[in-house]
Amino acid sequence: MEKRLFGTSSPHIRSEETTSRIMGDVLIALLPATIASIYFFRLSAIMLIAVCIVSAVLAEFISQKIMKKSSTIGDLSAAVTGILVAFNIPPSAPWWIAVVGSVFAIVVCKQLFGGIGNNFINPALAARAFLLASWPVIMTNWVSPGPDAMTTATPLAILKPGGEMIGEKLPTMLDAFIGNIGGSLGETSALLLIVGAIYLFWRKIINWRAPFTFIGTVIICVAIYAIVSPNMELGLSAFQVVGYQVFSGGLMLGAFFMATDYSSSPITPKGQIIFGIGCGLITSIIRLYGGYPEGVSYSILLMNVATPLIDKYTSPKVFGEVK
Amino acid sequence: MGLKSFKGGIHPPYSKELTKDKALEKADDPEVVVIPMQQHIGAPCEPIVKAGDEVKVGQKIGEAVGFVSAPIHSSVSGVVKKVEALETPSGKTLSIRIESDGKNEIHESVKPKGSLDSLTSEEIVSIVKEAGITGLGGASFPTHVKLVPPPEKKIDAFILNGAECEPYLSADHRLMLETPEKVIFGLKALMKAVAVDKGYIVVEDNKKNAIEALRLAATDEPNIEIIETETKYPQGDEKRIIEASTGRIVPKGGLPMDAGVIVNNVGTAAAVATAIETGMPLIERIVTITGDSITSPKNLIVKIGTSFKDIIEQCGGYSLEPGKIIMGGPMTGATQFTDEIPVIKGTSGVLVLSQAKSQTPVPSHCIRCGKCTEVCPVFIQPVAIRNLSVKERHEETEDLHVLSCIECGSCSFICPAKIPLLQSIRISKQAVLAKRRNK
Repeated sequence: MEKRLFGTSSPHIRSEETTSRIMGDVLIALLPATIASIYFFRLSAIMLIAVCIVSAVLAEFISQKIMKKSSTIGDLSAAVTGILVAFNIPPSAPWWIAVVGSVFAIVVCKQLFGGIGNNFINPALAARAFLLASWPVIMTNWVSPGPDAMTTATPLAILKPGGEMIGEKLPTMLDAFIGNIGGSLGETSALLLIVGAIYLFWRKIINWRAPFTFIGTVIICVAIYAIVSPNMELGLSAFQVVGYQVFSGGLMLGAFFMATDYSSSPITPKGQIIFGIGCGLITSIIRLYGGYPEGVSYSILLMNVATPLIDKYTSPKVFGEVK
Repeated sequence: MGLKSFKGGIHPPYSKELTKDKALEKADDPEVVVIPMQQHIGAPCEPIVKAGDEVKVGQKIGEAVGFVSAPIHSSVSGVVKKVEALETPSGKTLSIRIESDGKNEIHESVKPKGSLDSLTSEEIVSIVKEAGITGLGGASFPTHVKLVPPPEKKIDAFILNGAECEPYLSADHRLMLETPEKVIFGLKALMKAVAVDKGYIVVEDNKKNAIEALRLAATDEPNIEIIETETKYPQGDEKRIIEASTGRIVPKGGLPMDAGVIVNNVGTAAAVATAIETGMPLIERIVTITGDSITSPKNLIVKIGTSFKDIIEQCGGYSLEPGKIIMGGPMTGATQFTDEIPVIKGTSGVLVLSQAKSQTPVPSHCIRCGKCTEVCPVFIQPVAIRNLSVKERHEETEDLHVLSCIECGSCSFICPAKIPLLQSIRISKQAVLAKRRNK
């Protein structure tokens, strides 16, 4: 012996968990919804997802080269962002929207703030907000699923109290649940997003706090609203209103895959609950009283900005401390 | 009834299958022992022998100086060769080198102390003190000091820690399984020493056979309860042990006596039993020699002062090129720079990891996953402290309760970005403590 002994601070064993394994798990969890988007929106889905992944990974690689940092594309986080950007744009969007969105997400929201772990807002959602503000027509041109895509309205737009789409035909609840409805590329299939989320729970990548409080708050707010002012035009029961509100729009995608984003949501358990409730309240207010039919992305972005403050005031009590 | 547990913690690979079924064996008699004068927390001992002196087994060779200290005894009979600074697991410290004559003649001071009923509390404390008994779990705090708490602290229970939550180690497991009656006797003596009538032994549920053995041995002891806990690291931390057995929470910055209890390791209790039953002071202990570099891992009863090298040879030597030699377990043990150092009172294990298992992973960026906060058993936020520590803003870490850290290493273990969180926390902790001392 006496070749070379290592002297290090304990512990001397480490878990198998790595960043790329976590991101790989997120990619696996996004797979069912990806398949759903390809089934419902065909070639345009394949094109948009591919363009987004390639542009996100390339944007990360090139921006890190320019900033003379070592590349982190191997941790797969850029690929995750790419898919999430694709999931947030309408299936009818042209390819360059996908490129602009992905580059904005990676370069402006992620790398300029220091790369993985340092982005204070969810890059994919910030990209969606940026695209919506810049190209509002393209970003709200919804099409029906299936081979002959026709312009359609999203269920939330039809449900919107006092909205312009009142009178359009609502899809069935089953279609809304499995995703056979108009909407952003990856948000339509509540069913397959839930399947992916179950995988994330099983792998302990995410916990119940933010997503369940988020969805729960939306259910409570919408139920109260539906009971207080019943939907006369469509003749829906409060139960049906809640069903459409929960299973259509971006709630499932947002709650399970965006509000659980590590870098832009709170670390403390209490903070995650506050974050989820805040997202739920803002989403409900925008959907029920705001100018847009959908509010998930803005609610998460607003709560992202509040995250440092939430973390600061919810730091856990240390063992044996009496406050 | 659900298993006792605690909030936080991790489930590392335990790797105990290497040694958990290996019965205790006596290590071969060493030809030479090196006995350091500091093997405990507190003041070092003064040597009371010199080169050329003849010593016997159990003879005191180091006198305790000050209250927080413990005397040191010879583990062999033979001749003192040197009294000087030698390499030990805690660096170069004043040590006594004795060449054994192989006869193992026992010193005349070693004689049985009589039955437990005939001994008073004070006598038991004095036996423990004179036998040089220190905490055998690894921290090596002089046991007799724990037995005389300040009068304002009301103690009503004595707890033995048999959790052995450190991966790889099985010394306590074998002790409880093979000599449960010794552990129970030691606990009764310790309970008598501090005049309490409630005793607990806390064991993780991955040692079912030891739990059964202890329960059997304690059949006639209504005041002794064997508590089975979930197998989760760091269950063996004393505050986790206290919560599991009594449901009490030690206040922040407090000691077990602030929760009305005293905690000792099961090995310590067995050493107390030996000191009373035979009069033999602490001159040997059980050591688990294990790791993927050890040819045939074992649980050996080793004389204090025997070199790591000797006992590793008895385990068939190295099967793979060693990368790390660790005294203790893989979560809290300290790496050593050579195998030519002696086993001391606090050596619960000698863990030798191969070169492959010794590589330090390259840290990447924190992804704020929050796992370090989730697993922390004292509910501090390791990554927040680390972010200040690397900027040398150590004073600010005090507000983040850096001093509450028990250095269990769960945060570093779990981190997917492989950030050495505990290392940063230690640096801040040292800085905060140093500043306190200078005040």
